[in-house]
Amino acid sequence: MTTITETPPRTAAVEIGDITKVFGEGGGAVTAIDGMSVSVGTGEFLAIVGASGCGKSTLLSLVAGLDRPTTGTVDVGGHRVSMMFQEAALFPWLTVGANIEVPMRVNGVPRAERKRRVDELLALVRLTGFARKRPHQLSGGMRQRVALARALAQDADVLLMDEPFGALDAMTRDILHDELERIWRERSLTILFVTHNVREAVRLGDRVVLLSSRPGRVLAEFPVEGERPRRIDSAGIAEQAAVITDQLRREVSRHA
Amino acid sequence: MPEADVRDDERRVQGLDALELRPGADGPPAAERLRRIWAATWPKLVAAVLVLAAWQAVVWSGWRPEYVLPGPDRVLPVLADELASAEFWQAVGVTMRRAVTGFALALAVGVVVGLAVSRFAPLRVAIGSLITGLQTMPSIVWFPFAMLLYGITESAIMFVIVLGAAPSIAGGLTSGIDYVSPSLLRAGKVMGLRGVQHYSLLVIPAALPMFVSGLKQGWAFAWRSLMAGELLVVINQQNSIGWALSQARQLNDAERLLSYIIIVLCVGILIDVFFNWADRSLRRRWGVTAS
Repeated sequence: MTTITETPPRTAAVEIGDITKVFGEGGGAVTAIDGMSVSVGTGEFLAIVGASGCGKSTLLSLVAGLDRPTTGTVDVGGHRVSMMFQEAALFPWLTVGANIEVPMRVNGVPRAERKRRVDELLALVRLTGFARKRPHQLSGGMRQRVALARALAQDADVLLMDEPFGALDAMTRDILHDELERIWRERSLTILFVTHNVREAVRLGDRVVLLSSRPGRVLAEFPVEGERPRRIDSAGIAEQAAVITDQLRREVSRHA
Repeated sequence: MPEADVRDDERRVQGLDALELRPGADGPPAAERLRRIWAATWPKLVAAVLVLAAWQAVVWSGWRPEYVLPGPDRVLPVLADELASAEFWQAVGVTMRRAVTGFALALAVGVVVGLAVSRFAPLRVAIGSLITGLQTMPSIVWFPFAMLLYGITESAIMFVIVLGAAPSIAGGLTSGIDYVSPSLLRAGKVMGLRGVQHYSLLVIPAALPMFVSGLKQGWAFAWRSLMAGELLVVINQQNSIGWALSQARQLNDAERLLSYIIIVLCVGILIDVFFNWADRSLRRRWGVTAS
């Protein structure tokens, strides 16, 4: 690990090089992504916004290695990648603690070590004492925090998030933004955060990448200004979000 | 970040968590539980009394002579005598041993077939509808063939039990596996679940509720096949519930006949209660029911 300086030199953690993803063949073929290049620096919080059909979820699947691009390359440079979704997708038959243990069991972590790390991860997401609860006993926001702990239990330093707070109420989402930001710093994570919500993207991202729809391409990139921790209801966030939203609207009307 | 801010964040998170958790989620107090048990019990007791009363009324109406249709006043003492006799327990023992062995065989066959069908698409196409078809077949039609194959032996009964119960068990397992939520499968994939762990940590537990439904249905078929089998395939006058039933009929012993029918009913109810309990506790753990 390098020492942290004021402006750490960022080598790319994820390098997406001119990828294309086509689903199907012949006449029924659909191009989800067409010539997309994105470079995500180590420790960067990159927010990706776009309307429906911009290939956001496809992009994350490709980075997670769940699928392969038709052409082009995805290079995660040996980083371990984990992923979170809009639904927590916890295993309902397991306790919270056992859910967090699943990725460690996959990685062959011994039992005592697993218990210790579950405690540590639960403390990180502020759910100490909830290890023996079942997912259905928790609120939606708490479940997403367990899902985050489970994703971190994979020992990943690149975290892909597919609209993780999309199904939560505004108050919970606001609190989780703070929490995610804190954990991102504490753990020096690299995050690719996909969302429909432009303000959320500006609130969280170091940089916002705007995608076009059908097919997905990079339309524009916006470096986000403003000291962290930011507030989603601050004037600075609203202004920057407005610029991006305008461009997003133009993109959406183009498909009318 | 200043210390006060950190504490503030923490309190905010904990406050919201406390607000969002349902109060009193730890279950009802003892008195409430007792009241619920009573609420679930008394209608059953009333129903039992009503059935006995209706039965007695039919007897009193003189529709059939009392040596053919005795009332509960004569059957229940015989039942009590039976319950005290060693012979009776021997008969129940033989029948239950057959039931458990047959069901275990059906379970083994059903699980292997169910797993194979869910794993290999061509196999599903080939025998998927056959499995459904077998489920709808009255198992009694297999007995003549089973007796040809195995003679008058216990194997003939086992053969029919397996044919009756295995399709339901296999069907429950396949649909359980088919309906594992795609979001859980995706989460498993992201976590790198593969091979044996994909099954042991994800697919099998996820399929469990439907598998239990399949087991319950399979048991019902097994129990019916067994009763039919014991009446049809009478092995060396070996004592069993079926044997006792046909003996009682031949001896015109209506009291004994009815006591054994009550026993068969009770065994059925007991096993059903067990499966319902298993089903409910699974659902409660999963948080599927609202209770």
